[in-house]
Parts: sequence; C-alpha cells; structure tokens
Amino acid sequence: MKVLVPVKRVIDYNVKVRVKADNSDVDLANVKMAINPFCEIAVEEAVRLKEAGTATEVIAVSIGDKSCQEQLRTALALGADRAIHIETDLKLDSINIAKLLQKVVEEEQPQLVILGKQAIDSDNNQTGQMLAALTGLAQGTFASEIKVDGDKVNVTREVDGGLQTLALNLPAIVTTDLRLNEPRYASLPNIMKAKRKPLDVKSAADFAIDLAPRSTLIKVTPPSERQAGIVLETVDELIEKLKNEAKVIS
Amino acid sequence: MSILVYAEHDNKELKADTLKTVAAAQAIGGDIHLLVAGHNCSPVSEQAAKINGVSKVLVADNAAYENQLAENVSLLVVELASDYEHIIATALSIGKNFMPRVAALLDVAQISDIIGVESSDTFVRPIYAGNAIATVQSLDSKKVITVRSTAFDAVATDGSAEIVALSQATDAGTSSYVKDELTVSARPDLGAASVVISGGRGMQNGDNFKLLDGIADKLGAAIGASRAAVDAGFVPNDMQVGQTGKIVAPDLYIAVGISGAIQHLAGMKDSKIIVAINKDAEAPIFQVADYGIVADLFDVLPELEAKL
Repeated sequence: MKVLVPVKRVIDYNVKVRVKADNSDVDLANVKMAINPFCEIAVEEAVRLKEAGTATEVIAVSIGDKSCQEQLRTALALGADRAIHIETDLKLDSINIAKLLQKVVEEEQPQLVILGKQAIDSDNNQTGQMLAALTGLAQGTFASEIKVDGDKVNVTREVDGGLQTLALNLPAIVTTDLRLNEPRYASLPNIMKAKRKPLDVKSAADFAIDLAPRSTLIKVTPPSERQAGIVLETVDELIEKLKNEAKVIS
Repeated sequence: MSILVYAEHDNKELKADTLKTVAAAQAIGGDIHLLVAGHNCSPVSEQAAKINGVSKVLVADNAAYENQLAENVSLLVVELASDYEHIIATALSIGKNFMPRVAALLDVAQISDIIGVESSDTFVRPIYAGNAIATVQSLDSKKVITVRSTAFDAVATDGSAEIVALSQATDAGTSSYVKDELTVSARPDLGAASVVISGGRGMQNGDNFKLLDGIADKLGAAIGASRAAVDAGFVPNDMQVGQTGKIVAPDLYIAVGISGAIQHLAGMKDSKIIVAINKDAEAPIFQVADYGIVADLFDVLPELEAKL
C-alpha cells in the first residue's frame, strides 16, 4: 500500500524564539530550521511500514516556499521514495493546508496518511483531523502504536487517562505522538542518494482552491516573564517559605 | 447568537475542566448551551444542568456516542451548528480530537487552545511552546474554538438548566472502539491538582519515583514527569507534563531532577509557585523557579517527606 506523509518546515525545537520588536510575529530571520519533530516520527513510521513489507511506496509532501524542499530532501534521506512540493509564499491556515492535502490524497490515493499530531511553531493540532474530515476518512490521532491488519488499521492513542485503541477502516488518517517511534539518523550515503530521488514541484495556485486567510494575526508578544527566584540552603528553609511566604502549603 | 459548549466527560462524570470552558464562553458573551454526547450518561447531564450560566443542556444519549469517536461526534455537532455562532470545547484529548473535524466540515478555521478572550472574534493563544503569545482575529462567520482550561476559573455549580434530549444518532461507520488501558490512581487528576510534584531524568529509575509518593500523599499532590522520565520508561506517558503532554498550572509545582527544557516549561510555567530541586546549579529550571535547592534529590526528598 501507498503511504503519504505530509511534513512541515519549522524552527528547530532547540531554538529559543524571539518576538519581533514591532510585535508583528516571531523573528525567523537567520534562525535554524528543521523538519517538525512529529513529522519526522511520521516519516520514520512510514519507512518502517515499508521495511516490514506492509507499505510499497512512501511519498513525502510539503507545502510552503522553496526552502521547504530542504525538509523534503531530509524525508527522502530517511527513506521516503519520492516527494511532492506544493509551492506557495502564502502563510496558510490549517484548513487551507488540509484542502491542498485533500487534492494530493485524491490524486495519489494512499491507503494511509501519517501526519505529526502538531507543528511545534503554531501548536494548532488540527491538520490531520481536518484532512480526515475533508476526505471523509477515519482518523487515529495521537498514535503511539500503528498495526495494519487486512483492510483495517489498529491505532493505539494517547488519551488523557492512559491509552485507547481504535480500529479504523482503510484508507485512514493517522497522526503521530512522540512515543510512536525513535526516528533514525540519515546516513551520508542516504543523504547523497536522496538528491537523486524524484521531487515534483507544483504551485498551490494551480489547485483552484480559495486560499484566502481565515484569521488575522493581530499581534505577537513575549509571555510574561517570571520573577527570578531565590536559592535556598536547607529543606527547613524551603518548607518555611512555602508555608509563610508563598502560603501554598499549610 | 448562542454558544455551544461541548461537555467533556466519561459517561459517568463531568470533567471539572468543562466548568472552566464555560467561563471562557461567558467571557465571549451570549446564551450558552451545553452538549452532552455519550451513552447512558444521565449522571453527566444532571451535573451539567447545575453549571452556572448554562441555559440549556442538550443530551445526545446513543450507543453511537459511547466512546465519543471523532467521526460520529463531529457529525452530531455539525448537525447542531446552524444555531450557533461559537462552538467551544476543552483542549483535552476528546476536544482536540474531534473539533478540527467539526471546523473542516463547516469549512472554517479553528482557533486552538485559547488562554484569553479579547472580543467575540478575537482570542489570545500561546504559540511556539508558550514562548510567544498570539492575538488572533477569526474572519469566519462561525468560530470553532478549543480552550486551555488552566487559563480560566471554574464557574459555580448552583444553576438549573433545562435538559433537552436529542434524537440524533449519527454513525459514520468508519471506526470502532477496541479497548482502553487507563492508568489507575488514587491521586488527584494531574490537570486539576493544586499541587504537582514531577520527576525527571534525575530520578534515575522508575522505582525511585516512589520517593515522591510520600510527599505527594502529604501535600495531596498529583505526580507528573518530564519527557525524559517517560521516554526512559520510568513512568507511563499520561504523566508527562509539557508541550506534548499535559499543561498544568497548579498553586505549587515541585520539579525534581528536571533540567527545564523549553518543552517541559511549556507545560508548567504558569504555575503559581515553582520549586526546583536539582544538583546542577546551572539547570535552566532555576531561571523560572521561585525557590530552588541545589542538592542531590536523594538527600532532599526523604528529608522533605519527614519534615512536611
């Protein structure tokens, strides 16, 4: 079966973001960018399905400006077979991303679409669910285990109280949680090979979808800073402070 | 126009976070209706009817909603949507799961995890793991919103709303429930506890988490963990506090053997008082801690337990 993996280019997760002085957005100039960690887990899972003989082809797709081809090459180096870049300079809401992905799903007819559960920049946690709604397919969000079984896929999900297992009819949409797997590192030979793998570039404008923004970012501010605290020497001091100064224990 | 709030529950009990989500709905302003979708969930409807500020409780009691599968619940909410300008759910695992599906079916955007309401179309939400706060205006006619419950105060429960039974039974038939494996604990729920004590990689193994038990018992605290502790297999992952785990904002948060990575801070830095116990004086956790002790946790924890 064919597996489609949408990936997003985001700020590297170790970078401490800075808000622009004019409060228009965060400053991404000259900041290290990377593949979104949850998307990396999605690629890894798809590649493992291929190695297990379940999947026959893994296709990575990314939507954004030219620079996100870098992340598609990373996905190819990790084991994806080919990539699709939907080029646009627009900053798209999740609903519009989901509509573009819907077109890709219609064209490629994958049996399984694996996305990250959220992007670490917008922290929306929406795209997979929206894609599932638009395609009318079942969804298995926050997956920590995926088992394909005939025409169904069993997905174990991380929910508030523990774990929940659902059975979904294929084709289906799955979003990854961190515990799903440990992504591999791309080896140098695989990075070299990835440069020769096919990467199709399409323009978002060609899909005849209304991509008008659905929301306006009015401002971005830094979060309120916490007061610097004090370092105490003894446990007695700590208990005394918590009781009498902070009054959080009695 | 009216506001539809989705009640988060497990068919037996209404989640206390729903009271906070109703507070967010009140901040938007309008007639508030609560939707209870489940099966054999009459205790939940009764609890829901007592929530202050709710005028009507809509109850869809049907086997199709027993496990609140996203495919079925989203169809139900979309059927009801024409009467509402705002559709709101708590940003917990059920709400996060089905609400974007509702938004897409209605062809609108979703505003996730709001922490503030500026007006009926403008909301405040954290981005970049809480390292920036965005104010966002929705341009859609319908607003689909999830609420970070720790950012709002629970409303009182001395109301008496009208209970209306719905006859809907939408079953998409594309997914089915197999099983739950829930973590059983006598301690308070992590998201709702007023005191949380969390262990990190410094705990060294799962057995050492027992050192937190006595302290948690004395403080009536919930026990949390950092991702490092979860990944190392010390504790189950529903105990994880952080960007990808639970967001908590208790009165007191005690971080033990946790360095304080960006992703962990995202889940706890709105706590009222933060205490850090770590032997590394350079650990980033000390930059957000109100009180810190630079010492070996294996010395500090038994002493703290004895002296509380």
